Amino acid sequence: MTAEILLPFLAAIVGGALRVGVPFLFVSLGECLTEKSGRINLGLEGVLVLSAMAGFGGAYLSSSPWVGVLVAACAGAALALLHGLLCSLPRVNDVATGIALMLFGTGLAFYFGKPLIQPQAAQLQGIALGGWSDSSVVQAALQINPLLPLGIVLAAAMHLGFARTRWGLLVRLAGDSASATKALGYSVAAIRIAATTVGGAIAGLGGASLTLFYPGSWNEGISSGQGLIAVALVIFARWSPVRCVGAALLFGGAGAIGPALQSIGVSQGYYLFSAVPYVLTLVILVISCRPGSIARGSPGELSSLK
Amino acid sequence: MKALDIGLPIGALAAALLLFGGFVRLGGASPVETWTILFMGAFGDWFSWQNTLQRAAPLMLTALCVAVPARAGLIIIGGEGAVVLGGLAAAALPYAIALPGNVLGTAIVCIAGMIVGGAWIVIAGALRQYRGVNETISSLLLAYTAIALFKQLVEGPLRDPKTLNKPSTRSLVEAIQIGGIGGSDVHWGLVLGVVACLGLGLWLALTSSGFSVRVVGGNLRAAQLVGLPANRLILLTCAIGGAAAGLAGAVEVAAVHTNANASLIAGYGYAGILVAFIARQNPFAIIPVAILFGGFGAAGSLLQRRLGLPDASVQVLQGIAFVLILASESLRSVDWAAVGQKMWHRATPEPEPAPLAVEKTTA
Repeated sequence: MTAEILLPFLAAIVGGALRVGVPFLFVSLGECLTEKSGRINLGLEGVLVLSAMAGFGGAYLSSSPWVGVLVAACAGAALALLHGLLCSLPRVNDVATGIALMLFGTGLAFYFGKPLIQPQAAQLQGIALGGWSDSSVVQAALQINPLLPLGIVLAAAMHLGFARTRWGLLVRLAGDSASATKALGYSVAAIRIAATTVGGAIAGLGGASLTLFYPGSWNEGISSGQGLIAVALVIFARWSPVRCVGAALLFGGAGAIGPALQSIGVSQGYYLFSAVPYVLTLVILVISCRPGSIARGSPGELSSLK
Repeated sequence: MKALDIGLPIGALAAALLLFGGFVRLGGASPVETWTILFMGAFGDWFSWQNTLQRAAPLMLTALCVAVPARAGLIIIGGEGAVVLGGLAAAALPYAIALPGNVLGTAIVCIAGMIVGGAWIVIAGALRQYRGVNETISSLLLAYTAIALFKQLVEGPLRDPKTLNKPSTRSLVEAIQIGGIGGSDVHWGLVLGVVACLGLGLWLALTSSGFSVRVVGGNLRAAQLVGLPANRLILLTCAIGGAAAGLAGAVEVAAVHTNANASLIAGYGYAGILVAFIARQNPFAIIPVAILFGGFGAAGSLLQRRLGLPDASVQVLQGIAFVLILASESLRSVDWAAVGQKMWHRATPEPEPAPLAVEKTTA
């Protein structure tokens, strides 16, 4: 492979990882927070689509992309709050509720998003990190989503928060032992509802980055299942927010292999490369799991992972 | 408790319809008109019934993919993978071997779909039993892998070069396609779905192997203590569930699409999860629930045409209905007799409490 082929190829993969990885990053951070509190939220797919629509609508009506980002986070939080409340009822299954909210969230988004398919909304301005190179491909690839640095800071803050703060400890406590939480006089349900809601707000930022940066418009096929895959990502990252950053970029990059190969004229195996992250997660699970024990790093109360 | 099994979901459904009425009211449509059209579009005449039943058939089969493993204690949510691969197997088989051009050929493509679908879900069960990998997650990952595999094969080696805009496999010859029952639009897949639900329901309820499965699902330790082959039973339920979902895919190909293309990835696998949970993992209950939700789907286009509501409004209704029905489960643990007594007492004035201490002394 010569340099003039290799450069665009690598640029396409790095650019893809940075663009496609951002929604992955936010949904995985949101899911990570939710799961740390001992609950699984499969409804993040609905959160992602609803917040993508709400963010686009907010930006369109206010002509400010940052208002859109805020609206997206609020919409995500609202739907996740519903999940948190429902799952706190006795005998309500969190997996089924997640799927129901996925349907509800996407339904609401398509319902209210109908008039938003045509118009253009104010977009977030990219941060150009490619100025050092005179190659236009590299410059295009390193046009960074302004939400990416925010996501990385958030991941670091969550890492510190879980390790060092009272709130982080409470979330981990509720996730590892409900009875210990009760014994200390805290409400497990309240902690989990709060964690799920904040997790939804974080995932909502992922929705905003879909419609306000890349691909940068609202349509009904905006999400390709990133919200569901968040669950896999969090396992891949072994419930560490910092590792979520790497996992999200890796998933984004793996998804970009197919298009990148296509850009240099190789069109074979386009879809197979898009499956690489899933197979990789499965392989890692097979290697790291032992019969009769839960996955390493997993919160002890995570009912559906026992 | 039997009354609750039926009363709670129906109450929740009524509440969902009420909420949905309020929702469309906000959009400026008349709730009463919406309800009427919903009913007419789903169950109003023979045409609507055909549409409803056509949609219900795959839902029954994909719901079984959740319900049967659930009775053995597994939560499988990757039925979509078995659906697409089952459909692909049915469409791809004629590439490999010559099939008899009659009902036997139809049976063979359906069995091919069942085998592939069953094998796919067995992977998730085996990973759980032998490697300790959570089956909920692995089945989801397998579903995404299956969809990628499906797209790769349909747009690559199995593609019919004549299909330009919508990559598809070659169509099944007409002789082995599944036709309508008695000239209607309702295809024989509905019969397969109903028979599968009844058969598996009876199996779980009446046979000793079905009972063993329920013991494994109810208390694994107890099952192992009495010497039940838990691993084999769990894998069996996965194979049955996967085969049902694979059959759904094969039937969709043989009866609806005639070939395998991206329309097969229609979310029947995910809708089946909800149908199964609402039917409380009971194969008999799956039949009416699947018909009901098939009806919602059928009414969608009519709502759009008559009232100008977005086509997603039915999805909103389904979402509300699912959420409320699942939430209504929590009312099951309420002690209704006690609540009734409380209400009764509140309605009638409290009698003066008898002076206990005095009674004691007189006795």
